[in-house]
Amino acid sequence: MTRQMLTGNGAAAWGARLAEVDYLPAFPITPQTEIIETIANWIDQGEMDCRMVTMESEHSMITAAGAAAATGVRVFTATSSQGLLYASEMIYTVAGWRVPLVLVNVSRGLSSPITLEPDHNDVLAMRDCGFLQFHCSTCQEVLDHMLLAYRLSEHEKLRLPVIVNLDGFYLSFTREPVEIPSQAMVDRFLPPFDAENIRFRAGEPLSEGVAVLGGPTYSYFRYEAHLASLQALAVYDDLAREFQIIFGRKYRLIEEYRSANAEIVFVMMGSFATKAKEAVDQLRAAGEKVGLVRPRLFRPLPVEALYRALAGKKGVAVVDQNLSMGKGGVLHTELASALYGRPDAPPVLASFIGGLGGRDIAPEEFYEMVAVVRQSIIKGELPPPRLLYTEKELREVRKLQTMARTMHRGRGAKS
Amino acid sequence: MSTTEFKFLRDLPSRHLLGTGTPMCGGCGGLETLHQIYDLIGAKSVIVNAAGCMTLLAVYPFTPFRGSWLYTAMASAPAGAQGVRDALDILKKKGEISPDEDLEVLVLTGDGSAYGMGLSATSAAMDRDLDFLYLCYDNEGYGNTGQQYSAATPHGARTATSKGSHGYPGYKKDLFAIWTAHKPSYVATVVGAEPLDLARKVEKARSLQGPRLIISLAPCPTGWDYEPAETVAIGKLAVQTGIWPLREYVDGKVVHTKIPHPRLPVEEYLVRQGRFHHLFTPEKNEKLLAEIQARVDRYWQEAESEP
Repeated sequence: MTRQMLTGNGAAAWGARLAEVDYLPAFPITPQTEIIETIANWIDQGEMDCRMVTMESEHSMITAAGAAAATGVRVFTATSSQGLLYASEMIYTVAGWRVPLVLVNVSRGLSSPITLEPDHNDVLAMRDCGFLQFHCSTCQEVLDHMLLAYRLSEHEKLRLPVIVNLDGFYLSFTREPVEIPSQAMVDRFLPPFDAENIRFRAGEPLSEGVAVLGGPTYSYFRYEAHLASLQALAVYDDLAREFQIIFGRKYRLIEEYRSANAEIVFVMMGSFATKAKEAVDQLRAAGEKVGLVRPRLFRPLPVEALYRALAGKKGVAVVDQNLSMGKGGVLHTELASALYGRPDAPPVLASFIGGLGGRDIAPEEFYEMVAVVRQSIIKGELPPPRLLYTEKELREVRKLQTMARTMHRGRGAKS
Repeated sequence: MSTTEFKFLRDLPSRHLLGTGTPMCGGCGGLETLHQIYDLIGAKSVIVNAAGCMTLLAVYPFTPFRGSWLYTAMASAPAGAQGVRDALDILKKKGEISPDEDLEVLVLTGDGSAYGMGLSATSAAMDRDLDFLYLCYDNEGYGNTGQQYSAATPHGARTATSKGSHGYPGYKKDLFAIWTAHKPSYVATVVGAEPLDLARKVEKARSLQGPRLIISLAPCPTGWDYEPAETVAIGKLAVQTGIWPLREYVDGKVVHTKIPHPRLPVEEYLVRQGRFHHLFTPEKNEKLLAEIQARVDRYWQEAESEP
């Protein structure tokens, strides 16, 4: 076991290396590329025994990944943003094949406008596909959840692919101290992949991805995958306990930070939750009873764990780093359905949209969200959904618009 | 072609491996080809299928194949073949499977995928020198959705989306030339109506390694509008009129495996298909027929004048 400064991308690469993956179909995309470059380098140096193939698109990359997993080898692949959406037809398809594999998504906002910076609309667009989803908030959690993801994915009750998500830039390019476990420790936790009899071999014909005729057959297989996905909640709990015994780090379906006796709780996912933790500490120091609840697993959604963590709270501020056009925050909607009608459900479930396209969330904004929720509790009415955005930012955008107009007119005058 | 096992029709496999009762249309030229190829390749194979008519061959829980099958999507069957091939090679290298347990990987696509959406994945599989077989059954249109025109549709053909008096205004894309420009191990054209030629080509392809691609003209009774019993006759006429040159590319050279002598007028092929009916009635479109004939003549002039 060694301790090293690693980026989130480096931690993901180490996770794949320690999982001793056999096969990596790849395609470069910012901010994911460092992962495949790191692994390519290890392969070249003879430090990793893995076959890497650069495909011509993410669509083909996921096809090859699924096909190789269906043939019975351990597969890793990684993408981001536009790449994830370009692959989305196959993301759904390979989930339907019920093949185990791990896909790292380095979250990045979606076009258009095109950007390199992070938010969660890319990974949440894959919410309904059948891949399980982990959302990591530290580099250590990325490495550890690569190992947990393979155990979960290959579990006989599941056989479903898994996305391990980390935020672009804020996690992908941020160095943190990470404990890299020894291969011997990892081997105790993660045995080699055994596809059993579900793989292509001569003399044992198998058909995968066959067509069905009629709704009942289609419904059967779709609902089977859903039920298998739900199994991940109990299986993850068991695996996390096993993980804790071997590696000494404790993970649960949701992270609860100073929330046990809190009146108001933030709920958010990914690396920006570490900003909320800092704000919770400041608010606690000022006497506010606040906390944070962060789901690590988003698919399946740990509904019961979230309910237990939030029951009895006076108010909840859901901070969504995504935007469902025409509705609002995705996590807010999910929480509302998880809590609706349950005894002691928090009466105030406020929705905030923040961190779109990498926009920072300042400590003052966390304080303000608590103030808004507090007011709402007193008044007994829900606050309207709110975008975290300052007047200064709006002025800056207005300035750019003025410049654009001026330049446009300038060109028009010349021609 | 001196060492072929297939000198006479009687040398062709007499044991037929593909199950019957599939949902393909009666007289399907694509299925005719697949039958012949599957008899040669056998059950130690995995067929990686792209969206097309043949997707319906395996409908849960039935399959006509004695070997394996993987349905992918319209654009990425060659990428599926890449994943299967690579995984089998990894398992062989690790000693987890014996060479006996290995499988032949065959991509199966229609022209809709091969000439269009799947072209990028096919091109890339050739770049990567993927060791696989690829069969395109070319019925010259999006057949599974009711024969709309595709990049494989010939000039002048009536399709569901080119019903006007001039038919399809575009020209059939030269996929053979696009493929051979990649310099793969092997490219060939075949037609189910010439089984000996087809068997020799599959035999040749299987003796090689790397990307080996075959386009089969697939006469289509429903899409081309003729009686199912005519499939073989129309396939033969496609060759005899020179419209469908039987050729192969190997070692950087294109060789014609059957040069039609005498070459029949293209009209004899066109007149038997409803999709070209408008070239003959209410009055004969001499200009367009001459244009089609001239294009075929030019092709053979060039082909026959090559050293």
